Amino acid sequence: MAGLIEVIDGGLGNAIQDTGRFGHRHQGLAVSGYLDRPLADCANALIGNAPDAACLELRGLGPSLAIRRGPLRLALAGTVAATILRANGSSQPLPAWQSATLDEHDSLKIGAVAGSTAYLAISGGCAVPRQLGSRSTYQRAGIGGIAGHALQTGDRIPCARLARRDFRETRGEAFVHADGPIRVMLGPQAGHFTAEAITAFLHEFYAATPEQDRMGMRLAGPTLAHLSPAAADIVSDGVTPGAIQVPANGQPIILLADCQTVGGYPKIATVISADLPRLAHCPPGSSITFQAVDLATARQALADLRQRWTDWARGLQTFLPPGSLDEAALFGGNLISGMVRADY
Amino acid sequence: MSQAPSLLPLGDSAWTVEFGETIDPALHARVIGLNAAIDAACATGELAGIVDRVPTFRSLTVHYDPFATDGEALGRQLLSLAEGAGSASSAGRHWRLPVCFDADLAPDLERLATAKGMAPEAVIDLLTATTFRVYMIGFMPGFPYMGGLPPELAMPRLASPRKAVPARSLAVTGEMCAVYPWESPGGWNLLGRTPVSLFDAADEASPALLESGDQVRWQAVSRAEHEHLEHGLASGSLSRRSFLVAPEATWPV
Repeated sequence: MAGLIEVIDGGLGNAIQDTGRFGHRHQGLAVSGYLDRPLADCANALIGNAPDAACLELRGLGPSLAIRRGPLRLALAGTVAATILRANGSSQPLPAWQSATLDEHDSLKIGAVAGSTAYLAISGGCAVPRQLGSRSTYQRAGIGGIAGHALQTGDRIPCARLARRDFRETRGEAFVHADGPIRVMLGPQAGHFTAEAITAFLHEFYAATPEQDRMGMRLAGPTLAHLSPAAADIVSDGVTPGAIQVPANGQPIILLADCQTVGGYPKIATVISADLPRLAHCPPGSSITFQAVDLATARQALADLRQRWTDWARGLQTFLPPGSLDEAALFGGNLISGMVRADY
Repeated sequence: MSQAPSLLPLGDSAWTVEFGETIDPALHARVIGLNAAIDAACATGELAGIVDRVPTFRSLTVHYDPFATDGEALGRQLLSLAEGAGSASSAGRHWRLPVCFDADLAPDLERLATAKGMAPEAVIDLLTATTFRVYMIGFMPGFPYMGGLPPELAMPRLASPRKAVPARSLAVTGEMCAVYPWESPGGWNLLGRTPVSLFDAADEASPALLESGDQVRWQAVSRAEHEHLEHGLASGSLSRRSFLVAPEATWPV
């Protein structure tokens, strides 16, 4: 039998995502999916899920969840923390980067994720039906997740499997993204901009603004001038998450996972895949600089990211959480008598 | 002499193969021609790693998996295919889609007719005598950008866009025609309503009704017929595919 979670409080900005919905962009469907795939992979790894299991992406006020059918194992990855409320009235903190097992009637209250993105992985993954090949929520088309919308109070999240009874949990270090400039490949329409604009783009600071969501993020900084007023518009062509559009006002917009499939503004550059997840952690006011790289460097950066993630996963350890066993019962009882014969 | 295709990087996970910079049926035929050549190359295993292909007015964007694909090599292959591929020899699917022009479903018909010095019936006649070409799907899921609107019907966008355009509204601006798949804000001129939904997520095989390269003719229907078709489509007794016309058939006059 599979697990079930009831959403006691939906919070704000939380939705089910997986690795994304491919094969439908020619039909105008966004690719969607995790904003920060490596971080979602961390949450899944902490509870032994497959790397593509659907997680809860947390972007604002965390939800409160009650276990209706368990036990379920959960883990948080990112800058976030939660409190477990046990059915017996006790409570304990659940920091990110370690798993916990919750029984039926236990609940989990997740804190806020300010200007960032975090993930909650659940035993087996969120088992909502796939729509057009993916469980990712895409609100504009009302598909994926739970009825195509962000998490709401009263929603019920089916989980693919129950946790095995095991007192051990898993923990790891925090996975930290590389810092430094956001690396981009210039183009496809870098030629629509003045040389001064390209220089400013690659040397000045740009600030993230509050105008950001899963579709994109507006930046504020030195104006990026087009070669002519006409060069500020193009006959629409294909776009992708990471593409940096610059409309006539000269202020860049970075497209993110839920972006449209085509667009009519020239794109000065496109963020490389290895640095795209970092854009999920740019609170308003944070400053961004860009560095131009070539395709070979972008490919190496992606291989480096994968290696750093593999190294992180190698550091995962199992541990016995304090209070998880009744120690008096363990030492006073005869739990190990069956083991004695194994010594012969 | 047609322009040589150019290969533009869209980051490290997509290439845009561009044939020109304007809206032009000849450019679009080359886009569809390249798309067909890629179909063939994928079928033989010559090309791999492609996850999405987005045809537009004048270019084809090819999205690939950057983990599994040598982007440089893929780019070279795409450019070589683009140089060798011709224009699409056969047009896409043909659709004959019903549309009701009743005044309450066509809030801009009277205004457009007046502006053009035509009777509304003459506008409808011209619209229904035109074959539209689907250039691309975008802006929102299933939204078709269709070219071919006669220049005598060209109108700019509304000075002030509507906050809510009803779903399935037939809309025109400039020399473009489209249908809004959902209720949404929009500034195009609304000339009618079709009972056929342009996007249906439950249709797993092709959630978007139209695709780039398709051809569309509008057929005027009465209010009663419009509502009858709406009901049939909603109840499932009528399939959206029943509005397909056999490709070899000539357009009914």
